[in-house]
Amino acid sequence: MDSVSLHKIFDIGGVFEAIIEWLTLNLDAFFDFITQGINGLLNGFYHALVFPHPFIMMVLFAVLAWWIAKKGVGIFTLAGFFLIYAMNLWDATMETLALVITSVVIALVISIPIGIWASKSDAAEQIIRAILDFMQTLPAFVYLIPAVLFFQLGPVPGVVATLIFSMPPSVRLTSLGIRQVPKEIKEASRSFGATNWQMLIKAELPVAMPTIMAGVNQTIMLALSMVVIAGMIGAGGLGNEVLKGITQLKIDLGFESGIAIVILAIFLDRVTQALGANRKA
Amino acid sequence: MSEKSRIKVENLYKIFGPNPQKAFPLIEKGLERSDILAKTGNVVAVRGVSFDIKEKETFVIMGLSGSGKSTLIRCLNRLIKATRGAIYIDGKDILKMDKEELRQVRRYTMSMVFQHFGLLPHRNIVDNVEYGLELGGMNKKERLEKALSAIELVGLKGYENSFPHELSGGMQQRVGLARALANDPEVLLMDEAFSALDPLIRAQMQDELLELQAKMHKTIVFITHDLDEALKLGDRILILGPDGTARQLGTPEEILSNPADDYVARFVEKVDKTKVITVASLMRKAPVITIPREGPGAASRAMENNKTSSIYVVDSDRHLKGLVRIDDTVKLYRKKERDLEPVLVKDFYSAYEDTPIADLLGVALTAKYPIAVIDKDFRYKGLVDRATIINEVQEDAENLESPMHFTQMEESISSKTRETASHEEAEASGE
Repeated sequence: MDSVSLHKIFDIGGVFEAIIEWLTLNLDAFFDFITQGINGLLNGFYHALVFPHPFIMMVLFAVLAWWIAKKGVGIFTLAGFFLIYAMNLWDATMETLALVITSVVIALVISIPIGIWASKSDAAEQIIRAILDFMQTLPAFVYLIPAVLFFQLGPVPGVVATLIFSMPPSVRLTSLGIRQVPKEIKEASRSFGATNWQMLIKAELPVAMPTIMAGVNQTIMLALSMVVIAGMIGAGGLGNEVLKGITQLKIDLGFESGIAIVILAIFLDRVTQALGANRKA
Repeated sequence: MSEKSRIKVENLYKIFGPNPQKAFPLIEKGLERSDILAKTGNVVAVRGVSFDIKEKETFVIMGLSGSGKSTLIRCLNRLIKATRGAIYIDGKDILKMDKEELRQVRRYTMSMVFQHFGLLPHRNIVDNVEYGLELGGMNKKERLEKALSAIELVGLKGYENSFPHELSGGMQQRVGLARALANDPEVLLMDEAFSALDPLIRAQMQDELLELQAKMHKTIVFITHDLDEALKLGDRILILGPDGTARQLGTPEEILSNPADDYVARFVEKVDKTKVITVASLMRKAPVITIPREGPGAASRAMENNKTSSIYVVDSDRHLKGLVRIDDTVKLYRKKERDLEPVLVKDFYSAYEDTPIADLLGVALTAKYPIAVIDKDFRYKGLVDRATIINEVQEDAENLESPMHFTQMEESISSKTRETASHEEAEASGE
């Protein structure tokens, strides 16, 4: 064995590095533009969330949960967000929520049209599936690094990494949902003279909506889990608090921010799931 | 039914597969579907079918699964594009239409009803029925009006705001029918429209379709795998063979009484013909006596010539008045009376030409006189002898297992058990 020296035959990593370097050097303006856009969106959401008094927001969240999901979810929301407030994690939680909302909005704007495209073309589906597999399985830290190179430290690379990580379920389930629309419903639309666009808007998307909403729910949950990791590159929010807890061995802070994340996760999950289930009826 | 042709299909082929054109030389050589599939990987679904659908007729396309009937109906509105041939809708070939023309035909000329309804689950009934009109860009008020009248037509009034999943299968298909009718199309395509329904509801829907058709006079193309349904609904029936070819085109009676080949004959033999064969096919044109022009003398002579003991009497407009018996006319003749009116017998049965003979069976067994056939205005058309009806029914019954006298049955059973017993004994001793 020792006569065989272990060296790389292909230097894929090197090529990747070169590409990243070239991109950072030459597409600086482009990345700046994206950074500004994301920052604007993020700040907008954040300020909207922290502008009212926490108590007002708490009640608002609870009413929303009650209205969309059930009474129990509403009560849990009220109690949970009060606990977050009491732990003095309100601002960090809202920061995280703003990150999640920003990432998810951008992710859906990209992923749903791609999902529709994948549902219409088998070739597109094949290629897109491979890319999605890549996005989902590549360890998150691997694309955190280039994200930082492109967008500098701070929340923006966090958002970018999050949306890459959280997009695949929406693409997959949008495609699946539309492909699963019963053949006779599609035929019925065609036979009554629907254009492709009418068929998509009036028949396919509404019928596929429960499945699409399941994808949206998954995207939100993945975004939440990624936002915490993004805390490591200075994305802020609860991820930052968790990181502080780990690096400074502050067990209490780590545990408290963990609880805040769980509360946020349950709230987002129940509400978006109910949103999907309501459409089914 | 007018004779104007609404849809004309000429030598239509539909071949599914990677390279449909490759299949044609093999089709010309007369190869079978399975051989063509093995050699070229193409499936010949519809194989050189031609027919003509007349305006306002109910045209049934019947075949078993794999006969290409569903493919064929989808070719008519180009949900499936035929490989070769032509389909003229009011003289225009649908295969040569551009997208916009095709949409116009689908929106305003032909509507389709599906086996599993194809309703939109997220829309309530009225919105489902409006769907076709909405696609055509009609404004909300107008299409609501049309949808409501279509819903009323199919008997779903009161369910406008229900959702499809809240309705039974039969009711969902009414919604499908209403949606198709709301567009007021000239042609209704019905793809196994009642096949997913349970038998009772199915029969009910068939009756209602017949009633609707009597009012609406649409051109209906109805696909079914059920011969009874085909015979019940169809003005004419096209039977497709298992290879996707057309085997016979004709009225229900033509198909039953004169099957074109063995395949059709095998289909038809299980049908209770008495429910389909009508009085018209058994009727004979017996002479009549016209009053007041003719009297007892003419009547007696006519009966003598025809070797019957009674004869029907009509007035100068051929309205049926009654019948006279030979003994009465002879008596009148001897008394030198002219008027047949006092001896007219009204104690007989009459039927219309389209009455199925099954309905006459009971009457045929008890009636004293031949059954008079009249039209809706009471005009005499002919008569049916009792013997003819019983004969016809008897012929049909021979195909079924005839009833056996009980003593015979007992005998045959006991002889069979004796046989098996002795057989078993023999086996036992052999061991």
